[in-house]
Amino acid sequence: MSQPPPPGDRPLFDAMTEWLRAEGDCADVVMSSRVRLARNLAGHPFCTRSARRDRLLTLEACRDCVLRAGLADRFVWCDVHDASPLERMMLVERHLISKQLSKGRTLIHGGGEDPRGVAIALPDERLSIMVNEEDHLRIQVIRSGLALGAAWRQIDEVDDRIEAGVDYAFSPRFGYLTACPTNVGTGLRMSVMLHLPGLRLMRELEKVKRAAADMGLAVRGFYGEGSDAVGDFFQLSNQTTLGRSEAQILADMEQKVVPPIVEYERRSRRDLLQSRRVGLEDQIMRAWGMLCNARLLATEEAMQALSLVRLGVLLSIIQDRTGRALDVRLVNQLTLLVQSAHLQRAVGRELDQEQRKVARATFIRTRLAAIAGA
Amino acid sequence: MSTKCDRCDNEATVHEVSVRNGVKVERHLCESCAAQQGLDASVSGSAVVANLVKSLMTQQTGATQGRLPACRTCRMTFADFKQQGMLGCPDCYRSFEAFLGPLIERAQEGGVAHAGKTPARLLSGAPVGSTPMPRPADPAPAPPPGPSREEQIRELRRQLSKAVAAEQYEAAARLRDAIQSLSQGHGEDAA
Repeated sequence: MSQPPPPGDRPLFDAMTEWLRAEGDCADVVMSSRVRLARNLAGHPFCTRSARRDRLLTLEACRDCVLRAGLADRFVWCDVHDASPLERMMLVERHLISKQLSKGRTLIHGGGEDPRGVAIALPDERLSIMVNEEDHLRIQVIRSGLALGAAWRQIDEVDDRIEAGVDYAFSPRFGYLTACPTNVGTGLRMSVMLHLPGLRLMRELEKVKRAAADMGLAVRGFYGEGSDAVGDFFQLSNQTTLGRSEAQILADMEQKVVPPIVEYERRSRRDLLQSRRVGLEDQIMRAWGMLCNARLLATEEAMQALSLVRLGVLLSIIQDRTGRALDVRLVNQLTLLVQSAHLQRAVGRELDQEQRKVARATFIRTRLAAIAGA
Repeated sequence: MSTKCDRCDNEATVHEVSVRNGVKVERHLCESCAAQQGLDASVSGSAVVANLVKSLMTQQTGATQGRLPACRTCRMTFADFKQQGMLGCPDCYRSFEAFLGPLIERAQEGGVAHAGKTPARLLSGAPVGSTPMPRPADPAPAPPPGPSREEQIRELRRQLSKAVAAEQYEAAARLRDAIQSLSQGHGEDAA
């Protein structure tokens, strides 16, 4: 983006983000699949120990290489250090940058903002590349539903194209060298965002979390590392990156790990319908009623209710006035639009916490009235 | 629903459940109170590594800060890494290889060597991972005599393990450099 549009008004914020499409395999349970590669340039210090001058050099080298690699028809570049707090928060909410990139790092030498940025492919936002996060390059591909294989093929090609223009730091023993040794080797993190309300309601969630931990997987919240689980959304990802090939990591995740959890969640939903139908309907309709009528809504409260409403739509418990099924994409979208930065952009001004609660309740009420005749 | 910190009015973001004398005890704290209480709020990779380094160094070597030579490229010391959990530059992997190997193996659940993709440039024979950063002159010690290069490397590796076990870090660094210098004759990394 050579001439940045006014703050909070970049074209990417109007796009339908990939992870809300509700398309692809197992989209009733798997919201999205995400594949991430950590890469560093040979001959440059890692971001964790580099001075401002070094970071400017890596930023320029990475940006030029990424933008010249012909990775997408339309690619925008955002200098995160120049972006407004609202824009940064919007990028985090859209899962395009990490909280860490939005905050930046402390510079060892030289003051000012830590130079860093992100390249985003439009219009679907499937591909994004963070520069000067923990590693020089953090390449990410997100796909709707369970599509880790497709995401891996795309990111592998992107990686090859970038590598044609730069030398990656690599060792035959340790593989791709990363600032933190927990990412060394393939530098590959494969994750799925799962929606597991059935397992929570059946009180089976802890069992799944323990099993995942036993398999060496990390279970994280809606916004990844360090974030809480909200609205029954969980990110599940591989932790081991050394000693196993990308194909092995993919096969384990896509064949061994995710399908049994998807089946477990679906069975929980069926069991709930069969054995506790009235109780389930009551919980879902109370959540629906709250979203349609509340005057004040905090984010967590809204997300928890949206989770139940999503379940209600998938199980055909919630329908519009004419008895037609609701489009689950609209509920998915609301999980993004009710987040603080998106909400403030929709309203067109900055809001404090109490004002946001009012704006959130109003926004949801209006949307639901429009989509469901509620 | 958010929970308030047990000690102040902030939102609790660190939650601990433990069993003491058969009674379940829950603690809900905000990050600053958690830090004051010595509760580790961080779950980041670097924190995991920092903890691992701590336990490994205590268990195996009892190493103290400053006894290991710094990375010759970025001057990071192993003590810095121990504290931060992050390395300073790609060459740190070579500088601290003998110490990082077991640590990485543990963090990676037994993974010891890369089994995945290799950059196309490396496959085509072009130099990859070369580091043009300036280094102070530091001639590598002469390799010990031996019938073949492979045997020399094996012997040096054996000596390196002993040096590490005996906490002789300067000697270990010299041996590491000797292994690297010998291996470079093969056109591939020693590791």
